[in-house]
Amino acid sequence: MSYALDSPLMLCLLLLTAWSLVGLAGLARPSSIAFAGRTLFPLGALLGVGLAVAAAMNLNHPAEQLVLPIGLPDLPVHLRLDGLSSIFMILLGAASAGISIFAAGYFRQGEGTAPGLLCLQYHLFLASMGFVLLADDAYAFMLAWETMALSSYFLVTTQHRIPEIRQAGFLYLLMAHLGAIAILLSFGVMQGGSWHFTFDAMRAAHLDPHWATVAFSLALIGFGAKAGLVPLHVWLPEAHPAAPSPVSALMSGVMLKTALYGMIRVSFDLLGQPMWWWGLLPLCLGLFSALYGVVFAAAQTDMKRLLAYSSIENIGILFTGLGLAIVFAGVDMHAAAALTLIAVMYHAMNHAFMKSLLFLGTGAVLHATGERNLGHLGGLIHRMPWVAWLTLIGVLAIAGLPPLNGFVSEWLLLQSFLFAYKVPHPFVNMLLPLGAALLALAAALAGYVMVKFFGVIFLGRPRESTLKRAHDAGFAERLGLAWLALGCVLLGFLPTHVISLFSIVTRELELGGLPQSDAPWWLLVPIPERQSSYAPLAFFAVILIVVVLAFVSVRFFYHQRIRKGAAWDCGFGRLNSRMQDTAEGFGQPIRHLFQPLFAIVRELPSPFDSNPRYRLEIGDRIWRALYQPLGAFVRQIADKVAWLQQGRIATYLLYSFVTLVVLLALML
Amino acid sequence: MSVFDWIVQVTGIALAVAAAPVFVGWVNQCRAWLQNKSAPSILLPYRGIRKLFHKDAVIAVNASPLFRLAPYVVFGAMVTAAAVIPSIATRLPFTQAADAIALVGLLATARVFLSLAAMDVGTAFGTMGARREMMIGFLAEPALLVVIFVVSLTCATTALPMIAERLSAQSFALNPSLAFTAVAFTMVLLAENARIPVDNPATHLELTMIHEALLLEYSARHLALMEWAAALKLFNYACIGFAVFIPWGIATTHAPVSLAVSVVLLGVKLAVAGAGLALIETVSAKLRVFRAPEFLATAFLFAVLGLLVRLLLGA
Repeated sequence: MSYALDSPLMLCLLLLTAWSLVGLAGLARPSSIAFAGRTLFPLGALLGVGLAVAAAMNLNHPAEQLVLPIGLPDLPVHLRLDGLSSIFMILLGAASAGISIFAAGYFRQGEGTAPGLLCLQYHLFLASMGFVLLADDAYAFMLAWETMALSSYFLVTTQHRIPEIRQAGFLYLLMAHLGAIAILLSFGVMQGGSWHFTFDAMRAAHLDPHWATVAFSLALIGFGAKAGLVPLHVWLPEAHPAAPSPVSALMSGVMLKTALYGMIRVSFDLLGQPMWWWGLLPLCLGLFSALYGVVFAAAQTDMKRLLAYSSIENIGILFTGLGLAIVFAGVDMHAAAALTLIAVMYHAMNHAFMKSLLFLGTGAVLHATGERNLGHLGGLIHRMPWVAWLTLIGVLAIAGLPPLNGFVSEWLLLQSFLFAYKVPHPFVNMLLPLGAALLALAAALAGYVMVKFFGVIFLGRPRESTLKRAHDAGFAERLGLAWLALGCVLLGFLPTHVISLFSIVTRELELGGLPQSDAPWWLLVPIPERQSSYAPLAFFAVILIVVVLAFVSVRFFYHQRIRKGAAWDCGFGRLNSRMQDTAEGFGQPIRHLFQPLFAIVRELPSPFDSNPRYRLEIGDRIWRALYQPLGAFVRQIADKVAWLQQGRIATYLLYSFVTLVVLLALML
Repeated sequence: MSVFDWIVQVTGIALAVAAAPVFVGWVNQCRAWLQNKSAPSILLPYRGIRKLFHKDAVIAVNASPLFRLAPYVVFGAMVTAAAVIPSIATRLPFTQAADAIALVGLLATARVFLSLAAMDVGTAFGTMGARREMMIGFLAEPALLVVIFVVSLTCATTALPMIAERLSAQSFALNPSLAFTAVAFTMVLLAENARIPVDNPATHLELTMIHEALLLEYSARHLALMEWAAALKLFNYACIGFAVFIPWGIATTHAPVSLAVSVVLLGVKLAVAGAGLALIETVSAKLRVFRAPEFLATAFLFAVLGLLVRLLLGA
């Protein structure tokens, strides 16, 4: 046992196993909410904190390896804990701790799957994500990856009695498996003829550049499908609203990051030195995803769909950064590559906290009101102040506003884009800085989306009379939200400490860390020669001082009289809550500006209609242009192939006979 | 950093806070002259603010604490921005806390709080104003960032004081990329500060306005702070423009003489810029709200053009 506690890898392994056991314990009393909620989910949260601590302990150690003699004969399971997996393990542990605590108070009776079973699926999902990070051979990786996909599929379809949810689950499962096939093929290429599927063998294999490109492209497709990169994003806006909120939070906040982990692992570790032009593809797709996601988010009226599209935007930002890092690494600009990769990991960490926080916030709203449609919400800051103020932190963070965390990673990414003009390839070095302009556009649009999200749900007047009965979240839920909000604040206020953790990874990937600077701990100076600096704490302190000074001096020099009155209605006298801007209305400028991106169906009533109806449907052009024809094509082929299925035993025996004869003929 | 540096820093902030309403008064005065009207006093904005502070605040019954907090946050953000911008001296202690990109983020923070506060009471005008403000914002912010990228590529830094120092060290030459970005910056300034042709600061016609719609529910001290913050925002934008495009004269040392020269020069620059702003507002007509995105897209493209010119010609 002492051996186990000395080694962070063993500790992680134990904690992941403990997660699975917690899940299994749920089966002991499958229908008891109290048992799962009061005991098992808080226990899972504690294990999450433990996992984050264990992984953090490992950061300063060299990579650790372990071979477990389980699985098929001659195919032991290889595990490895290095800096990169530790960082993502911290992300998994810390973010899931908040989500689990929230989940402890969230699940109620009568929501489809029995609570005990849900507990099993949930903790298996957590453990499998951990094993994805630990896996050091293709078999173990695929096993964990598939467990992750399947357990999350069952979680998405918790309310399996609703047909739309079953459909959403099916789409998710389909996309997950298309992605898994691509990843499997990518591993197949990367073993490079040695037929050893350990990651060590893949690192040692020297691939022909063409095959390396094939492997990279396959990995991009596979991990891109899991991450929700446009055009492989279609499952995201369906699956997230279907799943219960803690599951959406876990999928969006944590699971999408395992895809990013896989991509970093493949491009920087397994394939050795990446070629610079590989980076252009994730870069372009990422920029497109970022803009596409945020524009669609602005047009949504379902709060969870809105957040799902916002996740697509953030995945776009992550892949943009990843592409840029590959370009830099490919042309030996190691310092720039390290900075970019740090920005990417920072943003992944930030997104895990802030997006989970927002999804959990929508969960609390959903429980309190039973509404997911923005058009039926409003004014909840009065009824649910805890949820509203904690969500506000997440909103400000994800909108990329200083001094919170979302800003730091965007700032770092923009700083690294300013290196791009040094790339020694004409045209590319000129076009790359334009990427920064598009990134800035996406970031600014995110602000728009988040004002809409928060303003329509929490501010204004309640749009339905039923909202008056809404109640604030319970203790466990508040605690979960507060944990994640605290994460957002700390990640925002202490960038130098966080970055020093990430530089361990970049050093491990042989890119070098950030240059040393003699700046004090509260001042972030990523590139000393550029003298660009950012001090969130000083920032916050000055704003706070001015706010307090202004407040006190207004009271001191003038007065503090205040009167309550009705809102100004221009003398109309019958102002009601239906006169506020709706979610559709708030998104209208974006719909107007980016019309070509949307497939809009609009029915306007004629002046003579006795029962006027206005209908507006906003569709995804990619779904119509790519997936519907593809689906129709597959169906056609399936219809043709169905001819083989005659339904008579004699025919099937004939098939077996012909197959045997053909095989024999081939052998002879 | 010596005590003297901090004294200069605090004096600079105080100067900005005090001068901002006067600057707005000056622009209004110039505009009145250009329109053949008799001009109001240059101190009129101050009197307005004082009057508002004396009044009783009226707040809608369904306003949340966010509504009362927002004016202080917006004001605080603008004062912090004034502390970061090198308006009279470049070697100030607090300017390290934020570079130009963080400054843009700070202005965005103020905008988001303003819009959220406008949505808080739940009137049609407030939410419409918030929507329009965010629409202007999401187009103006990237344009401003690209302007900053161009000058950062020219000066190899994103720290505003360093930009000002390095540009003022250059001899005066017409720099094509900076010319493009100057046009873009002016357009962003007009849009972000609710000036004609995007918004009309003198209007109270609800359907056409943006900034006034956001403030419709505010009264007394809250309104005073919001108005003051708006004046500071205009002042800050003007100072960003000076630091980037006409940085000559900003003190690089804290010798009393250079500081005095810097303050005087700042006054001259502000006077000229205010007159120019009034001229632009007088000769142009207000655009329909749906023309505003085109206006800002033009600004964005000008900035991108500046970036391309900078990368192509290296100038």
